[in-house]
Amino acid sequence: MFRYSPATAVREGVVWVFALLTLLPFYFLVVTALKPSEELLTTSTSAPPSRPTLENFTEVLSGGGDNNILLALGHSVVITAASIVGLVAFGSLAAYVLSRTTRRWGTITFYGFLIAILLPTQLGLVPLYIGARQIGLVGTMWGMVVLYVGTLMPLAVFLYAGFFRNLPRDYEEAASLDGASPGRVFLRVVFPLMSPATGTVAILAGLIVWNDFFSALIFLGGSDNQTLPVSMYYYVGSLVSAWNKIFAIVLISMVPILAFYLFAQKKFIQGFAGGIK
Amino acid sequence: MTATIRKGPVVGEGSSAAGGGAVSRSRRARPLITYGRWWWALPAIAMVALVHYAATAGGAVYAFTDWTGIGDFDFIGLDNFRRIFDDPKLIGSLKNTLFLAFGFLVLTNVVGLCLALALNRTLKSRYLLRVLFFMPVVLSPLAVSYVWKFIFDFKGPLNGVLGWVGMEPRTWLADPTLALWAVLLVMAWQTTGMVMVIFLAGLATVPIEIEEAAAIDGAGTWRRFRHITIPSIRPSIAIASTLMLIQGLRVFDQVMALTGGGPAGATETLATQVYKQTFALSNFGFGAALALLLTLIMLVFSVLQQVATRDRSQGA
Repeated sequence: MFRYSPATAVREGVVWVFALLTLLPFYFLVVTALKPSEELLTTSTSAPPSRPTLENFTEVLSGGGDNNILLALGHSVVITAASIVGLVAFGSLAAYVLSRTTRRWGTITFYGFLIAILLPTQLGLVPLYIGARQIGLVGTMWGMVVLYVGTLMPLAVFLYAGFFRNLPRDYEEAASLDGASPGRVFLRVVFPLMSPATGTVAILAGLIVWNDFFSALIFLGGSDNQTLPVSMYYYVGSLVSAWNKIFAIVLISMVPILAFYLFAQKKFIQGFAGGIK
Repeated sequence: MTATIRKGPVVGEGSSAAGGGAVSRSRRARPLITYGRWWWALPAIAMVALVHYAATAGGAVYAFTDWTGIGDFDFIGLDNFRRIFDDPKLIGSLKNTLFLAFGFLVLTNVVGLCLALALNRTLKSRYLLRVLFFMPVVLSPLAVSYVWKFIFDFKGPLNGVLGWVGMEPRTWLADPTLALWAVLLVMAWQTTGMVMVIFLAGLATVPIEIEEAAAIDGAGTWRRFRHITIPSIRPSIAIASTLMLIQGLRVFDQVMALTGGGPAGATETLATQVYKQTFALSNFGFGAALALLLTLIMLVFSVLQQVATRDRSQGA
């Protein structure tokens, strides 16, 4: 039953044609990014360059001031990493306590986190911007990290709580009966066991932070600490139709995340399939 | 599994304790084993209370003021909302948002389901294909939109193909109707892989034996799909459609990159208007009113969706 038949082979071919059509934008992206400027007008937009060059990349990467793509890349890395650390540390602690406690406040607080997942962030951004401006956090990386950790905390708590609920308590009990303090139990027993959940949290939250444009534009736009999407937005805006340079920036912004994805694609797909539930 | 060693009566609401009923909750005996300390949760609680609850409540208050970001402000009742519904441009952005959200919901779910069905079993290269179809999901929507802006360019590859088959080139992003469809296509192109993955997870729970039994009993492909597959993946449909609707309602990046809201406001959405009114024009009160409208639409739709999917699962 449901064996591989000639009809299946046809189906496989059809899906591949669709896949290649779907991935066509990547072809244009690479081909155009490798074209020297004079070929932009002389060759067809879909033809490969006759004289491929990396000069677009070197030019885009050597941009200074607001157009410093490398600096923006650095800001994105720092902000994403710090946000993940904050979410993993505070999210796992909160979820652990909330999923292990038998008191009623735990259930109520957990529902508080769940409802916050549903609350859209757009409305809160206006007062947050005003508050951050008053205490001088607008345009700073730390302000951004606090914002992301707060925004994504409900997601992290939700993912960790689901994991801890299914984690047997036997190890924790054993350690506790042997005289380990709760802090030691968490650090030495729970923390090493929770790495699958940490992976999911890091991937989902990391992707959201890395790709975020809306709040980064509001809080960091025009500052010295712009992240990659914000820098890209302003830089591309100034390039008008120099598509080869625009695509060099776009490719540079895609490469880190694509490399990470191809390296850990199983975990990414699992995270999206199961993590969101 | 919930049994733990405790001194004195079991305190708590674990399922076994609640089912027993004879447990007194008033006596707060300290259990022998404590799992963590309650104050460990404080940093997370404080941040969520601030960033989600206090900020959202604050935004809801600003929505009824005429604040410009500096100095004093007055409460002006529903004036901001009257202004929204008197402004044809804002009505247009509301319509665009709804069109994009529902178009996005339908397109991603239909194509995502087809892909998931195609890649569920039998195909030899299904794992590789899944990785390829999912790839756009991890990319920045802004970066993806720039690639598509090039494809839609008047001198771009899309018009190149049209010219090749003998059709007139079109100004895709400068035509009010086409531009909105272009935004929708870019949104769907990027996110269909995510829906596919959610459906694949749902399809993995359908036992192959049931499908085989149905096939032996003479049920055709369509009847197996209708009476076995669809009922089993109903939870996935609910998740995917809720996620897509909410993501569609907050569309921002694609519009900013592809059209900037143009031509002549034809692709403005609520989120782009929130940004422009609040942070470009400094109409904080008015921007907050727009954000409140967007929030209410999202909440209403997600509640409606919850109710709709719950009713269906009870009927099944």
